[in-house]
Amino acid sequence: MTTTSQTTASQTTASQTIGPFWHLLEDKSWADLTRFGAVGEVISVSGRVLDGGGAPMSDACVEIWQASPTRSDVFPGFGRSATDAQGRYAFKTIMPGAVPMVGAGNSWQAPHFAVTIFARGLLFHLMTRCYVAEGAALAEDPVLGMVAPERRATLVARCRAPGDWVLDFHMQGALETVFFEI
Amino acid sequence: MTITEMPFKPYAPGTQPGNDTPAYRSTGLRHPTQSLLRIPQSVTELSGPQFSPAQYPPTANIAVNDGVEAMGERIIVQGRVLDEDGRPVAGSMVEIWQANAAGRYNLPRDAHDAPLDPGFKGIGRVFTDAQGGYRFITIKPGAYPWGNHENAWRPNHIHFSLFGPGYATRLITQMYFPGDPLLALDPIFLATPDAAARARLVASFDLAVTQPNWALGYRFDIVLRGRNATPMEDGDDHH
Ligand SMILES: [Fe+3]
Repeated sequence: MTTTSQTTASQTTASQTIGPFWHLLEDKSWADLTRFGAVGEVISVSGRVLDGGGAPMSDACVEIWQASPTRSDVFPGFGRSATDAQGRYAFKTIMPGAVPMVGAGNSWQAPHFAVTIFARGLLFHLMTRCYVAEGAALAEDPVLGMVAPERRATLVARCRAPGDWVLDFHMQGALETVFFEI
Repeated sequence: MTITEMPFKPYAPGTQPGNDTPAYRSTGLRHPTQSLLRIPQSVTELSGPQFSPAQYPPTANIAVNDGVEAMGERIIVQGRVLDEDGRPVAGSMVEIWQANAAGRYNLPRDAHDAPLDPGFKGIGRVFTDAQGGYRFITIKPGAYPWGNHENAWRPNHIHFSLFGPGYATRLITQMYFPGDPLLALDPIFLATPDAAARARLVASFDLAVTQPNWALGYRFDIVLRGRNATPMEDGDDHH
């Protein structure tokens, strides 16, 4: 491989905590991924972020990214939500479809969001997933298949009503969310 | 045969802080206790958000608010966003936020006994140019106390948020100022094991960036994760 505009190689800048005062960045409209006019099956995804003592994390920044439907001028694929006093985040978005798994045969991944949690006390953001699927699609998902069976539920949202998906994130404890290294 | 995007390299050892850092007390109930699960980089991790200035309007000069000049020492902060191989990251959104010159954030939840400044909101956004360059005009933020330990003060710092080309390149960091005596006492700064990696969080004073009779200049380059050197071709099943 030829390298063109190479200058000095260096190492990735260190991550630092988002801290307790990141809300200057907050724009509440960012939690609505349909705000630019996307059409499709509108769903809500919400839940709580809880610390190791079960207390709500009321100063967290939760971000989601979805590779499906494909990002466009009317659909950013990305959302940001602050947690409230109860530790609750909430997004409005378009239901993702299945996406392919490169490098793992011809398998498909069940509909999901990549989830990032930033907060005071987190020096490096936590990365996880929120699946919005049920049944066979989950059973065949190659990433869920890497997770110990007893912990898979920590990545799967519950469908509380049509179009209303709920998933809590636990930093620690018996229900500790599975977090990823990517 | 088409070449697909190459997976992002792992972080170099010691260059990233661990979440289980007892000297930073807030980590106690917030860090995961189970080890992280390494997953392959699929389309979800290799792709990422792209922002347009039309939908996310830039504000490069935050040293003035509604025509009111901010109090404090006006500064220019500029630098380049590069990947680990030195390639510029162009067209990428860079957000900053910071305390005012007195060390107070313009937020109700900041209860520090220091004055607010009607000339300063403390939030900026720009997009990198073709060379990965960015530039903000702001004021030097004040140090502020925090409750981590007895007589704890955060060093002067500016918070930075960057996205880069993929979900896997997301970075939130802090820029510090050279010569700050609080750096040696700050558990957040010190949480990164590698001393050279910590040193790269400190901006350098730069006379070439400094504007005569107007503002001191600081340079702060940011490096995002690079890609592995070997292209991955469709049809290969390695990753
Ligand atoms: Fe801060």
